[in-house]
Amino acid sequence: MSGMHGTETTAGPVEGPVPPEETSATGEAGSNPEAMAAVVRAVEAALPPDSVVSDHIRLRTYECDGLAHYRVTPALVVLPETTEQLAAVVRACSEHGVPFVARGSGTGLSGGALPRADGVLVVTSRMRTIHEVRPEDQRAVVDPGVINLDVTHAASPRGYYYAPDPSSQQICSIGGNLAENSGGAHCLKYGFTTNHVLGAEFVTPQGDVVQLGGMAPDSPGYDLLGAVVGSEGTLGIATRTIVKLTRLPQEVRTVLAGFASTDDAGAATSAIIGAGIVPAAIEMMDALAIEAAEAATKCDYPAGAGAVLVIELDGAAVEVEHEFAEVERICQEHHAFATRVATDPAERALIWKGRKSAFAAVGRISPDYIVQDGVIPRTALPGVLRSIAELSESSGVRVANVFHAGDGNLHPLVLFDDAVEGAAEAAEEVSGAILDLCISHGGSITGEHGVGIDKAAYMPKMFSDEDLDTMQLVRCAFDPDGVANPGKVFPTPRLCGEVPGRKKGAPHPLVAAGKAEAF
Amino acid sequence: MTAVGLDLGAARTALSAACGEVADGTPADAVDGVTPALVARPGSTPEVAEVLRAAAAHRLALVPRGRGTKLTWGRPPERADLVVDLSRMDAVFDHAAGDLIVETQAGTTLAEVQRTVAGAGQRLALDETVPGGSIGGTLATNASGPGRVAFGTARDLLIGVTVVRADGVVAKAGGRVVKNVAGYDLGKLVIGSFGTLAVVTEAVFRLHPLPAARSVVAAPFERPEEAQRLVQAVLQAQVVPSAVEVSWRPGGTGTVSVLLEGIEAGVEGRTATTRQLLGDASSAAAELPEGWAAHPWAGLPGRPTALKATFALSGLARVLEAARAAAADAGLDLDLRGSAGAGVLYGALATGAEPAAVARVVERLRAECTAVGGALVVLDAAPEVAAAVDAWGPVPALDLVRRVKERFDPERRLAPGRFVGGL
Ligand SMILES: Cc1cc2nc3c(=O)[nH]c(=O)nc-3n(C[C@@H](O)[C@@H](O)[C@H](O)COP(=O)(O)OP(=O)(O)OC[C@H]3O[C@@H](n4cnc5c(N)ncnc54)[C@H](O)[C@@H]3O)c2cc1C
Ligand SMILES: Cc1cc2nc3c(=O)[nH]c(=O)nc-3n(C[C@H](O)[C@H](O)[C@H](O)COP(=O)(O)OP(=O)(O)OC[C@H]3O[C@@H](n4cnc5c(N)ncnc54)[C@H](O)[C@@H]3O)c2cc1C
Repeated sequence: MSGMHGTETTAGPVEGPVPPEETSATGEAGSNPEAMAAVVRAVEAALPPDSVVSDHIRLRTYECDGLAHYRVTPALVVLPETTEQLAAVVRACSEHGVPFVARGSGTGLSGGALPRADGVLVVTSRMRTIHEVRPEDQRAVVDPGVINLDVTHAASPRGYYYAPDPSSQQICSIGGNLAENSGGAHCLKYGFTTNHVLGAEFVTPQGDVVQLGGMAPDSPGYDLLGAVVGSEGTLGIATRTIVKLTRLPQEVRTVLAGFASTDDAGAATSAIIGAGIVPAAIEMMDALAIEAAEAATKCDYPAGAGAVLVIELDGAAVEVEHEFAEVERICQEHHAFATRVATDPAERALIWKGRKSAFAAVGRISPDYIVQDGVIPRTALPGVLRSIAELSESSGVRVANVFHAGDGNLHPLVLFDDAVEGAAEAAEEVSGAILDLCISHGGSITGEHGVGIDKAAYMPKMFSDEDLDTMQLVRCAFDPDGVANPGKVFPTPRLCGEVPGRKKGAPHPLVAAGKAEAF
Repeated sequence: MTAVGLDLGAARTALSAACGEVADGTPADAVDGVTPALVARPGSTPEVAEVLRAAAAHRLALVPRGRGTKLTWGRPPERADLVVDLSRMDAVFDHAAGDLIVETQAGTTLAEVQRTVAGAGQRLALDETVPGGSIGGTLATNASGPGRVAFGTARDLLIGVTVVRADGVVAKAGGRVVKNVAGYDLGKLVIGSFGTLAVVTEAVFRLHPLPAARSVVAAPFERPEEAQRLVQAVLQAQVVPSAVEVSWRPGGTGTVSVLLEGIEAGVEGRTATTRQLLGDASSAAAELPEGWAAHPWAGLPGRPTALKATFALSGLARVLEAARAAAADAGLDLDLRGSAGAGVLYGALATGAEPAAVARVVERLRAECTAVGGALVVLDAAPEVAAAVDAWGPVPALDLVRRVKERFDPERRLAPGRFVGGL
């Protein structure tokens, strides 16, 4: 992640860490030293001493995730080694109304694992056992802290891999992937985390341990696992997780094609999909991103290209051969001026090197940058890219584009120099305008990085109050007291209230004071 | 069956104001034996919202109906004052071929969606297990067929959903793009919820290209271990099957069928490889056999018992063997078929089987499925059989399931009693 920490900032209109008064209106009482002291006692009784961190210097090492712009020092950090220990921590939090935040590897890019000053950070980095690799069942059973790529390493000697491959796969955790519903370059063909997580042992916000999903599909009852995946730690903490393993393909072929413009590259992308081909991946980089990658990694991308596409085909050999010929033809038709083909792992790695290091590489051509994560319908690509270019021109803010072209997931990198007065604000403005552009094209504010704290304020642009209220019904079902990662995902604090027909009490003081709305 | 104290006259007036088409319920509208007092046929999402608001105001219990092909699945509702029929909502709003997505109303039949998208060489990769089912019904019952091995189920294909809650509030989740992690994925909760959480009114799906060629390689087997060996041979190879089906009537000869799809040259090569894997007795055909996606009870007279067994893939032989032994001991004929390559088998027991005997089969098969990581659900059964069996078996995280239901439908007016745990 070199080049990201400290250099990156955010597009969100929220400035700095959210003040505690604001985040406390999510149903719990707010900072309460006595409650925290009680939690510390309970945690110390349940966990070995070296699993509990309360020393201020050490606490500070957990103050941010991959979105380093927001920093909050947690009141307490715990590093449980077992589900039982983790559940004991959560139970203590629940009993005393203390918020908790789960953290895997802390690579999240939306501030999802940003701690609470009045809360406990539950870190899964000591839960890294791969319990089972079962090719005969096409499943692996892993702890939440297990690193994404390690699952593939464990499975590949037996002919399998774990398909979702975020660029951060060497460091991010399966639990973090689950919580973010992470994607990756190869999700175009194989789907996202939600399509590959089939079961999880799950610690509810009350500290109960339940099983969601399982080894077999379609388990009876509502698909709670489906709701938990992508919920960014706001419904509870996943522990031992059952993931699907995918059979390694017979053949893989990677093509690098250079184009004069992003228009041509975008049209080629649409034509490939239109031809009925579903490549494993289609990634695009524009001139500025290519320049950065070239400077950083000497990846030997075609000189003078206005855009490159990295297209990967995989599957049965004959099909790959056929699709490859088609892809070459389509690229040529769209005026590709240089194509390079990798057939062995080393060549493939070289082509991917430029793409995978693009974020970090941009750090070399700009001291600071914002990573956006908007999604648009694939066919809108050329138009939206032109609009981004116009935005960049009119504002004087440089934007490098690196993205998953196949599924329309843009990662515009908005460049600026924080040392220049007003530069950060100008960049944030451009970044926000790009999100608006995505929304106006019927797209999404986030394709894979999540809402976290960073984009919560944008949720109402995409969803109505009713939509958000309905999502919060799920939240209230799982976490009526609002202790699981409060302040993330949703822009407006809501109180859950009692279920009608169940026990009734006096209205919550915040409702009575008109500060929050119960439903 | 209508709860006492309801003013149906007033309810009817309110419903008529909400949507033009309101009629008295007839026995033909019965939901698993429960005849509703009223049937409303709204024509749009706003009309559904009006209908549900009127139903809320008059405390009507209601059951959503798509095309009424699967209304007996699940348990009979405790009450059904109103059936909300979505068959007028049969438009395919938008097929964005370049984006490989389709946006449709919930009352549209799956077949109609397929017809629309096929024009552009595309398909919604969900099998039509029984002719005539609607999109809403397919989602609510989580219906799936052989193609799930390659494409998954509704949960893997649904990218956006519009629902109307019990209180008449309209809510959307997801969107029109294939990649999207903003907000909770409410679509997942609705899939398989049997109309107990909300009424689905619109859905957006991702599509796949139609294959240029296909072939089905089939091989016979006699014993469960043989079936497992064949299925595993295909799964562990690199032939990229679209479906791996097993059908078996214990005691007789069963069949393992493998569907291969792609370009002609590719399918040809993989067919040859698959035939080698399945052995000399295997054969290949270019067309899907009749009733390819049908459940084993399709075409059986009366009200057969419909079972769904799930298991970890390597548990196939154990499940087949347990099914054989259980049916033999109970003296019943059991017909099995399903996506062995995905860990799913459906079972049919003929109409008229003695309830206690069915219950013994269910219990024994459930024990085995559970032991290999799965479950056994009784999808459908005659009332006397349904009364003798536990339809759902143990439900994981039932307390959370209940809490979700309570938040969405606190008054228990959406298909009360139909779902797990009597929800
Ligand atoms: C004995 C029997 C045998 C059957 N055999 C088969 C078979 O072999 N294969 C098979 O796949 N199917 C079978 N079916 C049913 C089937 O035809 C479905 O394939 C179809 O998808 C259901 O769609 P539908 O529109 O008819 O749903 P309906 O039957 O109208 O409804 C099914 C369920 O979904 C709910 N529902 C419907 N629409 C909505 C909505 N918009 N929002 C919320 N909830 C909704 C209903 O309340 C109900 O619980 C069988 C049914 C029975 C009773
Ligand atoms: C260089 C770089 C490249 C990246 N590339 C991609 C990419 O290609 N695709 C992509 O999708 N993302 C990408 N990311 C983002 C990030 O890596 C993913 O979101 C990843 O899944 C986060 O995993 P983590 O273990 O670091 O989680 P964290 O950052 O620790 O946590 C993320 C969220 O998950 C919650 N959480 C963590 N563990 C659990 C658990 N066990 N149960 C419940 N909730 C939990 C946290 O509370 C938080 O809300 C990238 C990040 C970086 C720095």
